Amino acid sequence: MERVAIIGVAQTKYQRNNPSSHDEMAFEVAQKALEDAGLSIEDIDNTVTCTNDFWDGRTISCMTITDASGSSKVPTTNVEGDGTLGALMGLMRILSGHFKTTLVVAQSKGSVGIPGLITNAIFDPLYERILGLDAINSAALQARIYMSKYGITEEQCARVSVKNHKNAKNNPYAQLPLDITVKDVLKSRMLADPIKLLDTSPVSDGACAVILSRQSATRKISRKPIWIKGVGHCSDTYHLGDRDLSDVSALKTAAKRTYDMAGISNPLKEISLAEVYDAFSYMELMWMEGLGFCERGGGGALIDSGITEMGGSLPVNPSGGVLSAHPVLAAGLARIAEAVLQLRGEAGSRQVAGAKVALAHGIEGACGQGHCVFVLER
Amino acid sequence: MGKRTAIVGVGQTNHRSKIPECNGQELIAIAVRRALDSSGLTIKDIDAVVVGNMDHFESINYVDMWSVLGFAGYMKPVLKVTTGGTTGSAVGHAAFYHASSGLFDVVLAVGWEQNSESDTTAAIVTHCEPLIERDFYGGAIGGLASQYSAYMDGYGATEEDAALVSVRDRHNAALYNPYAHLRKTITVEDVMSSPYIAYPLRLLHMCPRSDGACAVIFAGEEKAKRITDRPAWVLGVGNSHGTTYLGDAIAMPGLPSLEKASRDAYMMAGISNPFKQIDVAELYLPSASAGVAWMESMRFCEEGEGPKFIKSGVTNMGGELPINPSGGVIATNCIGATGLIRIGEAALQVMGKAEKRQVPAAKVALATGFGGCLWSDATILGSKPRLD
Amino acid sequence: MSSQKQEEKIEELLSISSIVDVPYNYNAGYYVSQYLRELKENRRILGVKCPKCQKVYVPPRVVCSRCFVQTKEFVPVSDTGTVMAFCVVTVPYTNPNTGEPKKLPFTCAYIKLDGSDSNIMHCLEEVDEKKIRAGMRVQAVFNEIRIGDHFTDIKHFKII
Repeated sequence: MERVAIIGVAQTKYQRNNPSSHDEMAFEVAQKALEDAGLSIEDIDNTVTCTNDFWDGRTISCMTITDASGSSKVPTTNVEGDGTLGALMGLMRILSGHFKTTLVVAQSKGSVGIPGLITNAIFDPLYERILGLDAINSAALQARIYMSKYGITEEQCARVSVKNHKNAKNNPYAQLPLDITVKDVLKSRMLADPIKLLDTSPVSDGACAVILSRQSATRKISRKPIWIKGVGHCSDTYHLGDRDLSDVSALKTAAKRTYDMAGISNPLKEISLAEVYDAFSYMELMWMEGLGFCERGGGGALIDSGITEMGGSLPVNPSGGVLSAHPVLAAGLARIAEAVLQLRGEAGSRQVAGAKVALAHGIEGACGQGHCVFVLER
Repeated sequence: MGKRTAIVGVGQTNHRSKIPECNGQELIAIAVRRALDSSGLTIKDIDAVVVGNMDHFESINYVDMWSVLGFAGYMKPVLKVTTGGTTGSAVGHAAFYHASSGLFDVVLAVGWEQNSESDTTAAIVTHCEPLIERDFYGGAIGGLASQYSAYMDGYGATEEDAALVSVRDRHNAALYNPYAHLRKTITVEDVMSSPYIAYPLRLLHMCPRSDGACAVIFAGEEKAKRITDRPAWVLGVGNSHGTTYLGDAIAMPGLPSLEKASRDAYMMAGISNPFKQIDVAELYLPSASAGVAWMESMRFCEEGEGPKFIKSGVTNMGGELPINPSGGVIATNCIGATGLIRIGEAALQVMGKAEKRQVPAAKVALATGFGGCLWSDATILGSKPRLD
Repeated sequence: MSSQKQEEKIEELLSISSIVDVPYNYNAGYYVSQYLRELKENRRILGVKCPKCQKVYVPPRVVCSRCFVQTKEFVPVSDTGTVMAFCVVTVPYTNPNTGEPKKLPFTCAYIKLDGSDSNIMHCLEEVDEKKIRAGMRVQAVFNEIRIGDHFTDIKHFKII
C-alpha cells in the first residue's frame, strides 16, 4: 500500500447538551484540524463526512455540515457509518490516485433525540423492534452470552470502567473523567442485567476531524506525519438470533487483514497502545480477544493482569475510551485522533511512553456487527 | 498510484411501484444474483461491498447492517455511503475508489429502495434545516418546480418543452427496457392534461416512486480483463455538493453542481467536446424540466438553449446523442438505486449488452446522479481503457 | 402461473403498518439563536457578513461556504425582497414536524431580501400560480405574537 499519513487531527470537548449546532461543531474541528496540520482549506482537495440521519433527526444529514466541513467546495462523499469507516473512505480516495489530501469530519449530537428510540430503529421492523430492543438491552444480551460462555465476571467488566474513567482524567476532551472503584460500578443503577450505569457509555455531543495526505503532499505540513500501515473492515450477519453474539469473527477478520497489511504477527508485543470502541465495559474485553491480544475467553484474565492499564505493556484506551465520551460516529474517528496524538508524543498527561505503533478501532451496527481496524505508525 | 478500474457486471430488478412479494433484502438479492450471473462470478469472488440507502426512507437505522443478508455480506467488508438522491451514483463512485485504491479487487456496489413502504416526501422534507426551511419546503418536487419556474421566466421555456422530455423517456422505456417501472408511451397532450403537482410541474412531468434494486460490480484492471473481454472502463468521475441552505443556490441557471461534476469528469476522461464525443447519456432527470434546463450544464448546448435542444430531436433514439435509452428516472425511480442504475445502464451500453435499448457502436457513455439537495455526480465510461 | 393464481398468491402477502415516531429537540446553535431572537423581539431579519468576500447570508450561519471563513458580523437586512423562484405545492404528504397532513396548497418561495446575497425559503400569501412571477417584490408579514420561531413569527410574505 502506498504511504498515506494522518497529518491533522481535532476534537471538540465532549459533553452532553452542547449548545452548538451540528455545523458549528463541525466547523470548529475542521478549522482546528487544518490549523493542526498547518494547512488552509485550499490544500484540501476532497472531503468525507460521517453523519447519521436518525441520530441527527434529518434525512441526508450530511447536508447540515456541507459548508462547515468544506464539502461544498470540493468533491465529497458521506459515509453513514462509524468514523473509522469514513477515514477508510478518505484513505481509498487518496490511494486511487485521484486525490492528495482528504479532510474527514464526523459528528453527532446524542442529546437532540431519544437514544432508546433511535437505537430501537436499528432492529428489524417485523421481528425485533416490537421487543423494545435498543443499544443497551441488546448489549446486555451479548454481555450475558459472552460472560456465561467464558466465565467472565461482572467485576472484570467493572475493572474496564474503573480504568477508562480514570484514564479520562488525563484527557481534556473527555466527558466523564471519574475516580471510581469496582464497588462503585457494581452498585450503580442496573440498566439491563448485567449492564449497569457505570458499565455504559454516556450520551454525548461531539465532533472529530482528521486530515489524511499522500506522502508526496506531506512535505509542507508542520507536524510529524503518522503513517497508516494497515486497515481492515468486516461485517457479521444482521439478525441477533442468526449471530453467536459471543463470536468475534468479524473483528478477527478485520484485524487479520490489518495486521497482514501492517506486517504484524504478534499484536500484543508489537503494538504500543490501542484505542478501541468500548461502548460498554464488557466490549473492551471481547474486542481484546478479537484483536488477538489474548486468546478467546481471555479478556477477563487480561484486564486482571494489568497489561492494559496505563503503565502496562499494552495500555488500552489511554484517552478514557468510548466509556468516557460517546459521540456516535465521531467516537471511532476520535480513536484514530487519539492514536495519532500518542504517536506524535503530544498526548500530554495521557501519553504512553515511547509509543511507536498504535491500533484504532471502531464498530458499526448493533452489538458490534461491523468492525474497522487501523494500525498507525510513527 | 491507483488502478484503472472497470465495471464487469450489472444486475437490476424489474422495477415496479410495489413489489410486495419481496422485502428490501430480497430485492437486493435479485439484483446481486443477476449481476453475478451476468459476469460469471459467484459471491465468493466479491472482496468488498458498498451499499447505499437513506435510513429514513426505509425507517431502519443503520440500514446497511440490516441489508447484509441481501448481498451476502456475512464476513465481508461492508461500507455504507448515503448522500440523498445521489446515493446510487455515490455508491458507484465509492465502489470505484475501493477498487482503484488497490485495496480490493472486485467490489460490489448495491443501491436499492422500497419506496412503497414509506412516506417518501415526508422523509425527504426532513432534509431541510429544521428551524429555517423545513416547514415551507415543497418536497423534492418543490425545489425542482421552483428551479423551472425561474428557467421559464429567464429563457422562455414552456411546460410543453418539458413534456417532450417525458414523451421521449417514456417512449424508450416502453419500447426498449423490460426492467423499467412505467412502460406505456405518453403524448404531450397526456402530459399537459395531467394535474399540477407543484406549478409549473405536472404529474406526468415527474418521476414515479418505484421499488427496485441495482447491483454493479467493479474490478481493478487485471481482474477486469480476466472476468470479461468487454469491461466498461471508468474514464472519469466528478462530484459536487451544494451548500447547506437550499436558498443559497436556487434560481441559478442550469444546475451549478452538475456543471462542476461533469466538468471534472470530462477533464479526467479527456473530453473537450461533450456533445460530439459522448455517444449515449443516462441522465438522472428527476423531472422532465431538468431535461430542458440542465442540458447546458453538461455543455450539450449553450445557455438558455434547452428548449431548442430538446425540440431538435437529437436526443431521441437514433439521434446524434441519445439520452436515456432506458427510460431514465421519469420511467423508474427507486431512489437509492436510481443513480446506480444510470451507471449500470451506461456500462451496459459500452459493453454492448444493452439488448433492445443498445445504442449502436456506443463507445463512450455519460451517467449522472442528482440529489434533491441539488447535488450532482458524473461518470464517464468507455469501451477502452483510454479515450481514443 | 396463471394470473388468477398470482392474484391469490399476492393476497396472501401480509404487510404490517408501523409508525416511527422519534421526537427531536434541535439546538439552534449560536447563529440561528441570534436570528430567531431578533425576529421575536425586534421584528428584524438578521444576516451575517463574511469578512473576506463581504457577502451577506440569511439566515446567519457559522461559515461562509465560498471562503471557508468564520462569519462574525451580524447585519440587519430588509423585510422586503424579490421572489427568485417559487412553486405552488399541491401534492399531499405528512408534515414531519407535526405528523399531520400538510395544509395545501401552499406556495414555497425563494426570496432575496434587499441587502442579502442569499435567498431565504418561506411561503407566500398568494397560492394562485397565475398571479405569481419570479421577480415580483414581496414583504414580510410578521405575527403580532412572536415566539422565536421562524415559521410562525414571519407569517408569510405578501406581494407588494
